[in-house]
Amino acid sequence: MPSLFAQSSGYLTVGEPRKVAGKRNAAVQAKIPVSVRPGFHVNSNTPTEEYLIPLKLTWTSAGALEDGSVTYPKPSLEKYEFAEKPLSVYTGDFELVANFKVAAHAPAGPGAAVGKLRYQACNDRACFPPKTVDVTIPYQIQ
Amino acid sequence: MSALRVSSALAIALLVGCFIYFNSPAPRPARSAPVKPDKDRHVAPDFALKDVNGKTVRLSDYRGKVVLLDFWATWCSPCQIEIPWFVDLERKNKDKGFAVLGVSMDDDGWESVKPFLAELRVNYRVVIGDSETAQLYGGVDALPTTFLIDRGGKIAAVHVGLADRRDFEDGVQQLLQSPAPAADNSVSSAALNAFTLRPE
Repeated sequence: MPSLFAQSSGYLTVGEPRKVAGKRNAAVQAKIPVSVRPGFHVNSNTPTEEYLIPLKLTWTSAGALEDGSVTYPKPSLEKYEFAEKPLSVYTGDFELVANFKVAAHAPAGPGAAVGKLRYQACNDRACFPPKTVDVTIPYQIQ
Repeated sequence: MSALRVSSALAIALLVGCFIYFNSPAPRPARSAPVKPDKDRHVAPDFALKDVNGKTVRLSDYRGKVVLLDFWATWCSPCQIEIPWFVDLERKNKDKGFAVLGVSMDDDGWESVKPFLAELRVNYRVVIGDSETAQLYGGVDALPTTFLIDRGGKIAAVHVGLADRRDFEDGVQQLLQSPAPAADNSVSSAALNAFTLRPE
């Protein structure tokens, strides 16, 4: 069942990430559940063609967390009628992993890292304009 | 079981089937609308958009010609399948009262579109569209979406998503062979919505 806090934007839904907790200078990871609507796909973070718009998570405000590099899952190569070569895509459910380091002088207490996930979806006949969906990762500095 | 009960069961099954079909999230093949009879056509909304040379292009400039109006984007792979077909249609029919007009829906405009047109050797005019243009045509979201417009400026067919090449070729030939109908039907967004298929 989708989370009440899930952020949806048409063809892709971001579930609620679990709260991350860590001490100052600690490395913490946040897993971000993502779900693509059945029958649709989104380009992976490394599309096979230059003109395709990649899936990309960027942070607008990381709060007391630093780094924020994102590990994307291994994409699948799928063949569609409209493309000569297989395309690097994500379908169904998958997870993004955000890698943070708690800032050295982070104040103890709760906070949230906020970002935007940009994606561009297609089905097997048509493509849809790129969209962004908000991503919020709650954290607790111990 | 009585004939009445059988009929009722069949009717219910049909309704359930239609409900499931039209509410299914799974993709459906693009609808290939045939060229509509003249009485069912509505005037294509006019617009004024800039071409690559900065010249204002109005759809109404094309009145008297059969027009293939293609909404597309550089990031749309299915659009790239159709564009060479349209290049071919333009080449074969431009002297017969036919023109292709591309409306790019790229947010960054000519920055992406200009090199793309050169790479695909596009031989027809392209303009940069916007949400207002999309709304005029029933809220175009799925790309490609292509309208065939008759000599009277009325929409004779719409194809949402990758269509069959032959549908375009046949539609264009059919419209080229028809005399220009009188352009007296008024257009409304509701009318366009009624025949624009949205996969969402």
